[in-house]
Amino acid sequence: MADAKITSFNLSCPVPRVADERIVLAHGGGGRLTHQLIEKIFMPAFANEALEQRHDGAVLPLNRERLAFTTDSFVVRPLIFPGGNIGDLAINGTVNDLAMCGARPLYLSAGFILEEGLEMETLRTVVTAMQQAAGRARVKLVTGDTKVVDKGKGDGIFVNTSGIGVIESNLKGPIGPASAQPGDAVIVSGDLGRHGIAILSVREGLEFESPVLTDCANLWPAVEALLNAGIEVHCLRDLTRGGLATALNEIASDRNVCIKLQESLVPVQEAVQNACEILGLDPLYVANEGRFALIVPAAQADAALNILKKIEVSQGSVQVGTVEESPGGTVILQSRIGGNRVVDMLSGEQLPRIC
Amino acid sequence: MRFLSEYREQKTAERLAAEIHKKVTRPWTIMEVCGGQTHSIVKNGLEDLLPREITLVHGPGCPVCVTPIELIDKAVAIAKHSDAIFCSFGDMLRVPGSAKSLFEAKAEGADVRIVYSPLDALKLAKQNPHKQVAFFAVGFETTAPANAMAAWQADHDGVENFSLLVSHALVPPAMEALLSSGNCVVKGFLAAGHVCTIMGFEEYFPIAAKYQVPIVVTGFEPLDILDGILMTVSQLEEGRHEVENQYTRAVRREGNRPAQKVIKEVFEIVPRQWRGLGEIPASGFQLRARFQKYDANLRFPFSGEPARESPECISGMILQGLKKPHECAAFGVRCSPENPLGAPMVSSEGACAAYYQYGRRQNHLVQPELSRPASR
Amino acid sequence: MCLAVPGRVVEITDTGDLAFRVAKVDFGGIRKEINLAFTPEAEVGKYVLVHVGFAISVIDEEEAQRVFRLLDEMGAVKEDLGEIPQ
Repeated sequence: MADAKITSFNLSCPVPRVADERIVLAHGGGGRLTHQLIEKIFMPAFANEALEQRHDGAVLPLNRERLAFTTDSFVVRPLIFPGGNIGDLAINGTVNDLAMCGARPLYLSAGFILEEGLEMETLRTVVTAMQQAAGRARVKLVTGDTKVVDKGKGDGIFVNTSGIGVIESNLKGPIGPASAQPGDAVIVSGDLGRHGIAILSVREGLEFESPVLTDCANLWPAVEALLNAGIEVHCLRDLTRGGLATALNEIASDRNVCIKLQESLVPVQEAVQNACEILGLDPLYVANEGRFALIVPAAQADAALNILKKIEVSQGSVQVGTVEESPGGTVILQSRIGGNRVVDMLSGEQLPRIC
Repeated sequence: MRFLSEYREQKTAERLAAEIHKKVTRPWTIMEVCGGQTHSIVKNGLEDLLPREITLVHGPGCPVCVTPIELIDKAVAIAKHSDAIFCSFGDMLRVPGSAKSLFEAKAEGADVRIVYSPLDALKLAKQNPHKQVAFFAVGFETTAPANAMAAWQADHDGVENFSLLVSHALVPPAMEALLSSGNCVVKGFLAAGHVCTIMGFEEYFPIAAKYQVPIVVTGFEPLDILDGILMTVSQLEEGRHEVENQYTRAVRREGNRPAQKVIKEVFEIVPRQWRGLGEIPASGFQLRARFQKYDANLRFPFSGEPARESPECISGMILQGLKKPHECAAFGVRCSPENPLGAPMVSSEGACAAYYQYGRRQNHLVQPELSRPASR
Repeated sequence: MCLAVPGRVVEITDTGDLAFRVAKVDFGGIRKEINLAFTPEAEVGKYVLVHVGFAISVIDEEEAQRVFRLLDEMGAVKEDLGEIPQ
């Protein structure tokens, strides 16, 4: 209430009304339209307790165990990008969703939809990457499927991976937005935007002095370390499409809390920042594939950071903000110069601006 | 990034804000003209640093907002031609026309592509000789030389399958229209820095003199805008109404001569419709006779339905600073960024869109100025 | 409508015709090809302001210090500032 007027900064231009009639690309963007699609089409059809958790994966009781089960599809273009390819995403993406439930990833399935005319060499490259990523993540690919579609009906390769993990720790409460409390610390596991910029650098033909590589990586070691140390993990959310802003908005609105960020603390590599300047993008909304947000009680923030910084995938961890009581359902950023703005959910897809 | 990051530095921002607080003795309403400046102000929460006596009004300097709805309809119609590739800057893609936006047309199968430069569109035309490549040439004077050069190069290289859908707007006539409307509450202007990089700022002297308003050519980074506000407030407090240049690292009084030359060669000045403001004389560009072969209006004859604007939208009053967005009956109810009824809600830099999130938090809605510190 | 970004001219390709004069411009490690038709005075090592693929102004490095200089001259209230911006 003592805050000065806070104005919203909605980066992307508004979404067309008529997105109700057809699927548009923005439905896949991870922002407001994606959520609307889920709420309007999928939830009413499939609603059940597990789905209603609305978390990265479903935690399912099975006899005396708690399993986590998740699925993810990968449609990235280009298939091969600086630092990795669709195969790395396919393994790590699903492994990470399991990790975000606090589950040790165990078994994956892989379904391939291949386009007629795809070069075998490309498929080999992707499969090799999957083999290596699975090896590093200590998961087994135990079942799979392959289909081929006519030339022109697919982008080379589409992959779906589903995964099963087991929750080993005895956490008091579930890991999820419901557990976030006002006063909690908000931590990110490393610098933002590398994956999105790596992809865009190929698509837009940006020439880098030193190329920006994807941050695609397996996050389980970091989560495992936190759980083993007994850190009271309230919420974990991996940052994918829509970036940090989207993940935090989801948490803030699910739990009806305010998340307050400090712009000066949000880590962004210089090359990524510069690419965002040129393309007219905001790093808060740019995709990541090897980063997560962590919400823990304030008293455990330092301990959590110490643990995270010792693990390779999370060595860049830093606290970027706090959870507050109000205004509920909002993410607020204090800018470098000290003014405040609201970090809204993306309406559609973040479009590069020249304005 | 050099010559960018330095102008976001906190301590200097605080020093400038402190100077503004020292100078101000009474309320002033200042308009920043350019959408890019609005963007920077909102993004950095800049108003939080200002004394409550200063009200910033967001001007019509957003070419996305002020592009007439008919032009969007034309763009969509062109895009739907089976042999057309329609190119545009990203900003324009989601602007709703009477029936749909370019983005929706793309969803329905139209070949719509985002480009970063008009020369990219020209390159596409050369690479696709059997397609008609049309480019949405939208912008203020800043973008005009680039668009003019695309037409000039097309002519030079004998490219025939290229055309421009021109929607250029000129800033000084819009400012004059606002000032001459009789109920203008704006007392000082931050002129659009990059527009002036091209055009210089000679045109503002008669305006400042006639309407007795200070006009300060201002950049876009937080320090630039604070500096520009400080210069404007100083003039207002001292009773001056001059034209000054804050953005000296990029703007010269005479502007960019080679850029002006190509604009003059390719474009001529015509009256123009501003969505939300109506027709303003001598406020737009159109292709000259020699370049009319590149006019997409002629290349693609258009016989669509007349454009339909929402009767509820009070954008004219918003753009003049006479009403605040939350004073509109439709604001946040029937009109939102997801479902915009008019110009200022259409773009992320429009005043209504900028206010939208603010409007949702009721405890700040009623008396926003009081929640900022007074200068004394 | 004005997103313009400053970059350093690294290498100029003169084709003879000013309208087609291009340069490799470096934006903090990212290189793009930019048209220099509107900045005939641009040289390697200078900074230009780039908008939609064109350089629209050469940055006056002396004037770039203006806002910092003026505050000092005004004897603006100075707390312990730490580093002065360069």
